[in-house]
Amino acid sequence: MTARDEHALEMDFAVGRHDFAAAGEVASRVKQVLRQLGIASDLVRRAAVATYEAEMNLVIHSNGGKVVLRVDSERIVVEACDLGPGIPDIELAMREGYSTASDEVREMGFGAGMGLPNMRRCSDSFKIDSSVGRGTTVTTVIYIAEPGS
Amino acid sequence: MESRFHSVKLLEDKCKGCTNCIKRCPTEAIRVREGKAVINAARCIDCGECVRTCENHAKAIMANSLDDLQEFDYNIALPAPALYSQIGKASGPDEVVWALEQIGFDAVCDVSFGADIITECTRRYIRGNDLPRPMISSACPAVVRLVQVRFPGLIPHLAKIESPMYAAARVARARVGEQLRIPDDRIGVFFISPCAAKITAIISPLGSEKSYVNGALAVSDIYGPLMASLGRGGSSRPLYRGSGLGFGWAMNGGELRALGDMKALAVDGIHNVIGVLEEADSGRLQRVDYIEALACQAGCVGGPANVENPFVARVRMRDVSAGVDAGSMATSLQLARDCIDEFGEGYFCMHEPIQPLAGMELAESLESAIARMGELEKIVAELPGLDCGACGSPTCRTHAEDVVCGRAIETDCVFKLRERMQQMAEDLLRLARTDLPSMARRDDN
Repeated sequence: MTARDEHALEMDFAVGRHDFAAAGEVASRVKQVLRQLGIASDLVRRAAVATYEAEMNLVIHSNGGKVVLRVDSERIVVEACDLGPGIPDIELAMREGYSTASDEVREMGFGAGMGLPNMRRCSDSFKIDSSVGRGTTVTTVIYIAEPGS
Repeated sequence: MESRFHSVKLLEDKCKGCTNCIKRCPTEAIRVREGKAVINAARCIDCGECVRTCENHAKAIMANSLDDLQEFDYNIALPAPALYSQIGKASGPDEVVWALEQIGFDAVCDVSFGADIITECTRRYIRGNDLPRPMISSACPAVVRLVQVRFPGLIPHLAKIESPMYAAARVARARVGEQLRIPDDRIGVFFISPCAAKITAIISPLGSEKSYVNGALAVSDIYGPLMASLGRGGSSRPLYRGSGLGFGWAMNGGELRALGDMKALAVDGIHNVIGVLEEADSGRLQRVDYIEALACQAGCVGGPANVENPFVARVRMRDVSAGVDAGSMATSLQLARDCIDEFGEGYFCMHEPIQPLAGMELAESLESAIARMGELEKIVAELPGLDCGACGSPTCRTHAEDVVCGRAIETDCVFKLRERMQQMAEDLLRLARTDLPSMARRDDN
């Protein structure tokens, strides 16, 4: 964890590939942190859902990565960065119900193809940067106050 | 910070300042300070976990006493179904009702009947409302408080239905007032409670402006007098008695059994409840329609104000539930529906909104909370992570919270203190070895 300045908080949470046992822990931690910051409960809820989906994407699809939480007086940013493999077709990946999860993963009740769409639904601003072979960064922004207000 | 009423209290002279209770508290509400446990009123949810944990019996549940019945002209006892699980097989429910009359009550209305009413209301509520899934039962007041303090995001999921106790109180009051022409304010209605949370809910109601129950007696407080009367063996009928399914509400899974077929989940034990609510709060249980969540393991039969072992009590509860069914199941369920028709469905719904309760925030403004969170993370990184509790806080993390909020200092941690002492000793040694100008230089330095 590094605080860039006094008014912004940044926390990193490592997520391992196929670490199903720890799945959900980052979302719980993020929720606890936001609650302790006194963030309104509907925003905490949205951030928690987005974090959970981000975390599960890292567990299921990535070669491992991290979730970064950034909070300042204006916004909550949940960023999931991984080390690959990258998403070849982002538009397809965003489609509800589309998933590349393996049968084993689906048997565990995951891989319904709702992760990214859910994250977008929870966010005020949503962005995916991905390059095959290098990795993916999914950024979810939830505004605490209207920008500029 | 808002100060709230709690029925769980510390008996200072009995508290030895051990750290057992702080470890079990689901909202991290307890600290040990100056050798005694201190409960943070803003966080306490009255689950009674500390009452159960304390080996010195220093945590007590404050309730009314039988003397308080004298304030009223006519007193009605509302025994929780769990009361019947505390009494040996030799005495049936009618004997227990008679014994309640012997210790001072004029009439008895079984809360199991309220449970039948609430079962029907809940069924209609689930069917009739397009509410966020999963819906969470608000039958256990400790769970409702837990949601308010730790999971405010789930408040819209709470079923806005009154408790069986409330339903029983309203119908009993109405019937006695009407038939005996006693003014409402002369009728005393007392719940016989297996737990602290229910008692707190009576003093400060969850979703209604007014409590229809005047007070509560803890099962453990009336157990002695009740058993003494039971030995004399009379028998009497209550104003209303619920079905076996209504009695079943006192056991884990009982509410769901009464509600019947649906996609539902039952969880008991406050720490297990937290696990399930974590899942729900991250949007993982949308395919579940309803959650029955009870703070006590085994359900209300395991309440902290009971006297029996929860698992023994559950077996007895099953017997009572089965015994009641044999005669009057259909009758009491029909009677419950009649009551809903008579009073109207809305009568048993909560009318006041359930609000989030503050208590977990590090600071009032977001800016200072962010600054404190940054500080907190730095402190946590330097702490041993043993969660030993010797500082009086339940974990290293809560200790760090207390430090940044000015409620503790870093060297309250024995490991930090030790580090600091070692540093001081080294400084002292270095100082002691410094040559004085008047002395000859030593070689060993």
